[in-house]
Amino acid sequence: MKVKMLSRNPDNYVRETKLDLQRVPRNYDPTLHPFEVPREYVRALNATKLERVFAKPFLASLDGHRDGVNCLAKHPKSLATVLSGACDGEVRIWNLTKRKCIRTIQAHEGFVRGICTRFCGTSFFTVGDDKTVKQWKMDGPGYGEEEEPLHTILGKTVYTGIDHHWKEAVFATCGQQVDIWDEQRTSPICSMTWGFDSISSVKFNPIETFLLGSCASDRNIVLYDMRQATPLKKVILDMRTNTICWNPMEAFVFTAANEDYNLYTFDMRALDTPVMVHMDHVSAVLDVDYSPTGKEFVSASFDKSIRIFPVDKSRSREVYHTKRMQHVICVKWTSDSKYIMCGSDEMNIRLWKANASEKLGVLTSREKAAKDYNQKLKEKFQHHPHIKRIARHRHLPKSIYSQIQEQRIMKEARRRKEVNRLKHSKPGSVAIVSEKKKHVVAVVK
Amino acid sequence: MRWKLAERSEASLKVSEFSVTSEGSGEKLVLSDLLGPVKTSSSLAVVKKQLNRVKSKKTVELPLNKEEVERIHREVAFNKTSQALSKWDPIVLKNRQAEQLVFPLKKEQSAFAPIEHVLSGWKARTPLEQEVFNLLHKNKQPMTDPLLTPVEKASLKAMSLEEAKMRRAELQRARALQSYYEARARREKKIKSKKYHKVLKKGKARKALKDFEKLRKVNPTAALEELEKIEKARMMERMSLKHQNSGKWAKSKAIMAKYDLEARQAMQEQLARNKELTQKLQVASNSEEEEEGVEEEGDLVPDAVNEIQMDADGPNPWMLRNHSRGTKEAKGQDPEQLPDPVAHEASESEEEEDRPGAEEETLLNEFEERRSLRRKSGLNQDAEPVSRQEPKDSSSQEVLSELRALAQKLNKEKNQSGKQNMSSTRTVPVVQREGPPKAEEEPLLLQRPERAHTVQELEELAKEGCFQNEEVPRPGREGQQTERNPNTQPGVPKEKKRKEQMIDLQNLLTTKSPSVKSLAIPTTVEELEDEEERDQKQMIKEAFAGDDVIRDFLKEKREAVEASKPKDVDLTLPGWGEWGGMGLKPSAKKRRRFLIKTPEGPPRKDKNLPNVIINEKRNVHAAAHQVRVLPYPFTHHQQFERTIQTPIGSTWNTQRAFQKLTTPKVVTKPGHIIKPIKAEDVGYRSSSRSDLSVVQRNPKQLSIRHKKQLKKNSVD
Repeated sequence: MKVKMLSRNPDNYVRETKLDLQRVPRNYDPTLHPFEVPREYVRALNATKLERVFAKPFLASLDGHRDGVNCLAKHPKSLATVLSGACDGEVRIWNLTKRKCIRTIQAHEGFVRGICTRFCGTSFFTVGDDKTVKQWKMDGPGYGEEEEPLHTILGKTVYTGIDHHWKEAVFATCGQQVDIWDEQRTSPICSMTWGFDSISSVKFNPIETFLLGSCASDRNIVLYDMRQATPLKKVILDMRTNTICWNPMEAFVFTAANEDYNLYTFDMRALDTPVMVHMDHVSAVLDVDYSPTGKEFVSASFDKSIRIFPVDKSRSREVYHTKRMQHVICVKWTSDSKYIMCGSDEMNIRLWKANASEKLGVLTSREKAAKDYNQKLKEKFQHHPHIKRIARHRHLPKSIYSQIQEQRIMKEARRRKEVNRLKHSKPGSVAIVSEKKKHVVAVVK
Repeated sequence: MRWKLAERSEASLKVSEFSVTSEGSGEKLVLSDLLGPVKTSSSLAVVKKQLNRVKSKKTVELPLNKEEVERIHREVAFNKTSQALSKWDPIVLKNRQAEQLVFPLKKEQSAFAPIEHVLSGWKARTPLEQEVFNLLHKNKQPMTDPLLTPVEKASLKAMSLEEAKMRRAELQRARALQSYYEARARREKKIKSKKYHKVLKKGKARKALKDFEKLRKVNPTAALEELEKIEKARMMERMSLKHQNSGKWAKSKAIMAKYDLEARQAMQEQLARNKELTQKLQVASNSEEEEEGVEEEGDLVPDAVNEIQMDADGPNPWMLRNHSRGTKEAKGQDPEQLPDPVAHEASESEEEEDRPGAEEETLLNEFEERRSLRRKSGLNQDAEPVSRQEPKDSSSQEVLSELRALAQKLNKEKNQSGKQNMSSTRTVPVVQREGPPKAEEEPLLLQRPERAHTVQELEELAKEGCFQNEEVPRPGREGQQTERNPNTQPGVPKEKKRKEQMIDLQNLLTTKSPSVKSLAIPTTVEELEDEEERDQKQMIKEAFAGDDVIRDFLKEKREAVEASKPKDVDLTLPGWGEWGGMGLKPSAKKRRRFLIKTPEGPPRKDKNLPNVIINEKRNVHAAAHQVRVLPYPFTHHQQFERTIQTPIGSTWNTQRAFQKLTTPKVVTKPGHIIKPIKAEDVGYRSSSRSDLSVVQRNPKQLSIRHKKQLKKNSVD
């Protein structure tokens, strides 16, 4: 007689040492695992919900400034160090891990308009309303020493912005014109102008390091080549551009933060049409900074919120706001692409997670696998209405929310009018202008 | 009022001696007019010549104004820059399309140092290291590239050339010989002819026999030793599972046996061999014989009957189960009552002949029985001093069997001579099967008289059964029997018959089981399961007696079909154009006129699927979860569906595939600064200051080409 009983060979499930992996027998026969799509759908739904549940992006608020924070700078070598300049001329250096101010300098009289660090991280430069450019040592003064700048350059006009070259001992300031300075000299090695309006910001290209971009208050963005001491091209937009930022992974791509609530990503070789128009803000965009991976950027707006946009999407994927955060003037994405800092009117610097629901700290391999799987599931089912709705849902302050509604109505009205005009005019007499082209007034060679 | 503007005329222009004007004359002043009066004087010829030369030359173009020049500069610079930038295109594209980007992009390259450098820089510090180092040095082990140690080299040198050659030749010869033998063995092994192998085996057996005979004559003690060896081999055989029809081959044969006579025979042959090998040899000594006499009584009883009695004690629950089916009747019955069922069974056995599976079952039963026997004797064997021998190969066993046959012959002769001495009148079987072990027999002693009694009666019965059986031709069984007792000789026909009876009886007893109903299934176990299944089915049937699922389904489907059919609209108004009221119906004509027939819809999808109801209505609850519009990157809904349908979870994929499917697009290392991409990282030369020094600073040197280009651009 045959006796049926469960019998297992211990070799199949007992490991020899505790360092061996547990052997888990699996049968991948698809008939044993039915309903794969519905099951994965439910998992995706749960993952999306959990993502929203765990979305707690706000990490810390650094307070200490006695006026609005006007500019921020990252340390090129240290992730924990960040510099900020305020509207009262005070510069502070912060330690992010301790969340403390480690140094305070009264750098200028009036605003600190711009701040930038040298590529080696040993010193930094500030410009202020007092028409000076000052170079400071990154380390504090020794015992008994005065807090003094390394160099001070007295200019004829107010400088509104500064940026340092990524490789050489050269920096650029902007104001009436774009000046390029050698660190060793007290007069600029070259000045470049095109038009006579004040230039609000200048930025070096981090990859092709001789390229510069600047934006002026006569609504234009001008590109320069430092080697030829000449501007390259100018594009005039509908409204003033506040600042630009170069993509650190794509040499010819930059994004401009505009007063018309939008951001424009340009390919600098074809300025007549922006690659993408990013719209979601409901007030002027004041600052923009790229993630070091070049896949996303963060924008700070006058509407008291910051938003994160994927480079290739026109809508933001994330919006951060707090009750107390006022107009955000400056924003920076940290060099490890994990955090975002923003400085705002109400004297605080805030630290956010770049991914709102990301778990900080070391993950076990299983946690990592689960995270990746959930991420892929969310991606896979992102077009399903329930999942999309949950993933997109954000709670907004009433002011932003109502303004969004209002602007939607306005936009819809404009669109309707356009459609009607098109409908009631002779075919071909009214040109259809795409959204991208609409905002570019002219490209000047 | 209007007044006329006074016209100014300046007379002085006409009279001035310092300037020349053409005003008043109404003509344009040309150079030749001025030159006219000079003609006469020869001293001005040089000047005239010069002026003529000047006249023939083209004028220098006006320099471009500053704005235009700057514009050209800008344009040239822009073109150059954008050209330089387009070297990044492939990299940007690659990064955008990459499945995975790992940041920081630049990896620190691990420096490779040659082992010599590492070793030369390394020194033994700890005592253990030093010890190891010393040992290595003592043996002159190579530190770096160990091909041959110095010792080995020295030994190589020490062997002379002659010696080495001889040794090599020797080795070669040995290798050749070995390969030759191997080839031969392989060849022989490959020979498929059974006859050849049989002859070979027989030849070997004969030789062994001859040797044994010789040995017996020359050296009887050695022969005895040989015999002992044979005995030992028998023990080994009994311990082993060889020839038990339990191997793979035997199992496959058991399946085949139903259809194939040859397979059946082969199995029986093997069984016979087993029996033969496990048969005990009788050593010629009277004292032992007497002992056997006692045992014989027990042994005469069919094993099955013995087993029953063993079961009564129940030392082995498996055994009990094993035979409970086969011997249920026998168990409960008194010895007096036994005859009836047996007789009954005997008659039944005649019916059995017709069944195809019956023989096979008996065969299998025999196996079972044998196994049980072996298990019982296992204890006994443990008690015996068994010198563990290496299991011999089949050919040696062949030889052994031959030897055994010889020994049996010898014994028989002795037995026949000593028969008169024996107290029992019954014939003594020369060969006896292994009885139950003595240790187990002792508790059974009380039952002895009963048993003996039973035996006698059983024998009587068996005789009858046998006679009945003999009337029917049974080729397979017959063959089996002859195989089983190859040593029985025509000289002892009576014995043979008795043997046969016993076996028959045994077969009958064992095969008689309540479950021998479905003949197609070979083993009783499976039949049992089958029965259980049937019971289960029956139970389910009873439990759901009231449910007629099929009819319900059909009804449901009919209703669904009805419900989905478009309804006709009846617009008849009673009382219009005719009398209306209680009990009055609108006329058929009118009804026909106002009945609006809805057109037949498309055929139902489940029209030709009798077992399916397809609901063609849109499910609102499901629709809430479905994608309504084809999402952007997809161009066809099938593409999209395919991506949704391929699962990515580890439930449906292997670990490796799962990892591959869930790789994140961007991987960053926490705490690592990600620097902007560099030209050097991707293998480009980084652009330097000198790259774009081509642009001329002097506007006067601007080429005409640039100007043309500029003009063209401005037109555009």
